[in-house]
Amino acid sequence: MTGTPQGDTLPLERDFEATIGHDQRIEPRDWMPDGYRRTMVRQIAQHAHSEIIGMQPEGEWITRAPSLRRKAILLAKVQDEAGHGLYLYSAAETLGADRGELTEMLIEGRQKYSSIFNYPTLSFADVGVIGWLVDGAAICNQVPLCRSSYGPYARAMIRICKEESFHQRQGFELLLTMMRGTPAQREMVQDAVNRWWWPSLMMFGPPDDASPNTERSMAWKIKRHTNDELRQRFVDITVPQAEVLGVTLPDPDLRWNAERGHHDFGPIDWSELKRVISGDGPCNAARMARRRSAHEDGAWVREAAAAHAARKTGREVAA
Amino acid sequence: MTGSSWPLYEVFVRSKRGLNHVHVGSLHAADDETALRHARDLYTRRNEGVSIWVVRSAHITASSPQEKDPFFAPSGDKVYRHPTFYAIPDDVPHM
Amino acid sequence: MSTGNAYEALNDAAGDARWAYGTGFADPLAGVDTRLPDGVDGADLGAYCLMLGDDALVMSHRLQEWVTRAPELEEEVALANVALDLLGQARLLLARAGQADGSGRGEDDLAFHREPHEFRGVLLAEAENGDFAHTMARLLVFSTWRLALLDRLRASRDPVLAAVAGKGVNEVAYHRDYAAGWVVRLGDGTALSRERMAAGLAAVWPLTGELFAAHEVETRLVAAGVAVDPAGLREEFGAVLRQVLAAATLDAPPLPVPGAAAGRSGEHTGALRDLLAELQGVARGLPEATW
Repeated sequence: MTGTPQGDTLPLERDFEATIGHDQRIEPRDWMPDGYRRTMVRQIAQHAHSEIIGMQPEGEWITRAPSLRRKAILLAKVQDEAGHGLYLYSAAETLGADRGELTEMLIEGRQKYSSIFNYPTLSFADVGVIGWLVDGAAICNQVPLCRSSYGPYARAMIRICKEESFHQRQGFELLLTMMRGTPAQREMVQDAVNRWWWPSLMMFGPPDDASPNTERSMAWKIKRHTNDELRQRFVDITVPQAEVLGVTLPDPDLRWNAERGHHDFGPIDWSELKRVISGDGPCNAARMARRRSAHEDGAWVREAAAAHAARKTGREVAA
Repeated sequence: MTGSSWPLYEVFVRSKRGLNHVHVGSLHAADDETALRHARDLYTRRNEGVSIWVVRSAHITASSPQEKDPFFAPSGDKVYRHPTFYAIPDDVPHM
Repeated sequence: MSTGNAYEALNDAAGDARWAYGTGFADPLAGVDTRLPDGVDGADLGAYCLMLGDDALVMSHRLQEWVTRAPELEEEVALANVALDLLGQARLLLARAGQADGSGRGEDDLAFHREPHEFRGVLLAEAENGDFAHTMARLLVFSTWRLALLDRLRASRDPVLAAVAGKGVNEVAYHRDYAAGWVVRLGDGTALSRERMAAGLAAVWPLTGELFAAHEVETRLVAAGVAVDPAGLREEFGAVLRQVLAAATLDAPPLPVPGAAAGRSGEHTGALRDLLAELQGVARGLPEATW
């Protein structure tokens, strides 16, 4: 689709820029620059993959949840994540992507997912901390995406954000309950906070001066705030919540800066993020292997359903 | 190797009486019946009393809002299209 | 959202109930008289609630094991829905059990702090999943039987059981249709899927005899107008299975011969022991904890 002579696309490009300039949504059948389409597909697919891979760290605790109420909540939450993945793949398909191909790209390691899901969940407190910090960070990232310039993505995000707020609340409520429980439970929570705090801050991506795509994504209104702005917002929101819980965030440099009107926080170990993104996190291999085996082990089921549908159509035509 | 992909369906939901059916998204299913079931599971969390339509995406005829768009001439009646350019994302080495 | 958008209708129309679990769910026991009906033995009623509750709890657990392993994402959502419904039924039934038998044990006491021999569920539910065809064969058999049972239980003299059954009938009818759809698709799909579907059915069938055997508690409660006689479900079960298997172009095995009520008497397999080790491990590791 790159064969159109440049002269023809200039007015189209002007229309496109004007639509974005007026803060209107781009819809699937509108003309759009290849770069926009490519960026959108990649961003939405990565987001969808993250939802699906993100089912795994918590999914391991569904059968082990220590109360039936927590079990039901966690099962519903992980199910929501499958649903979010589906909403997002659906949005990617409006751009011409094919879900089967996107899945192939994921399991072949050609497309990425959020590196946060490459950390292990070591106790049931992790379920709470993922809800509070990981979903909290995701909400900070995602609320502005409800105004993304691409219509189907923005609409999917509205739905997702609505459900995510339940996810965060259930996590916080679990932690609050555990902090009011036994000393062993409080230790579990603090341990989980220690392990997830820095990876949560890394969820916002590299710092602005090392984020080459930010400027263009902002211009196209794919992104609405920079990584550092969102990270700061997350820290400012989270610090008072940690106080309510009675947990310590593992950063000796974390303190209120009255002059800036924000919290200062310590330096992030970007080499760790790089390592985890490039596949060297503690659980990368296991996460990918699980997704791959679910997809490959299910192939005969999908083929059978397609074969049955084809035969049924044949019978209906013949009848 | 990994099984055939099921066709794409568009999903329309009437969330309560007095409202129109509204397009809410799409999903994949092997046949119409399963599409309806999946739509109920996914887009309404099985909320009773809502009405759902599903239709194969390939069966929808759509207008092009930008008639002057030359790209749509060959496939202007499809609700979505399948460009092939993107199959290799630009951040993949060795491709 | 100030700009007009198609989601507004969905967003604003029906409140939060559709969006996420845990909001806007009606209490199925609201307004239900929870006193024991006259002439009903509380210990028997408690034991019967455990039977039906354990069936649901254990079957739900097996379906939870599919999470992140389903053959397609749409099936992730569908399987989780079934598991959630059954978990909901289990919670109501276990709560009623602890209330009826006078022990005051709550749903979590009963789920997490009983030994395998104290569980009263059928062996069909505890057997391992096998492949997707095997799982669908089991779900079809389980939900066909349970639907027939709950349908009759709506007339129970125990108002709580009647209310739980009333809610459960709609849910389990959906589970049965879901499983039946897959049994037909796999039976009448490819040569491979047909072979696996037949194998799954063959693996599950020997466990069906137990479903139609009455434990003495059930026999007494049938006489008291509280419980359903499992022997009376056999014909309906056979008729439904014959119909589904015919559509699946698979041979219907002969009607199951009623076996011994093993699971109902607390006689289980190693599969339940392993399942409970996973289900109960965290809760038992911190017995003083609150969750």
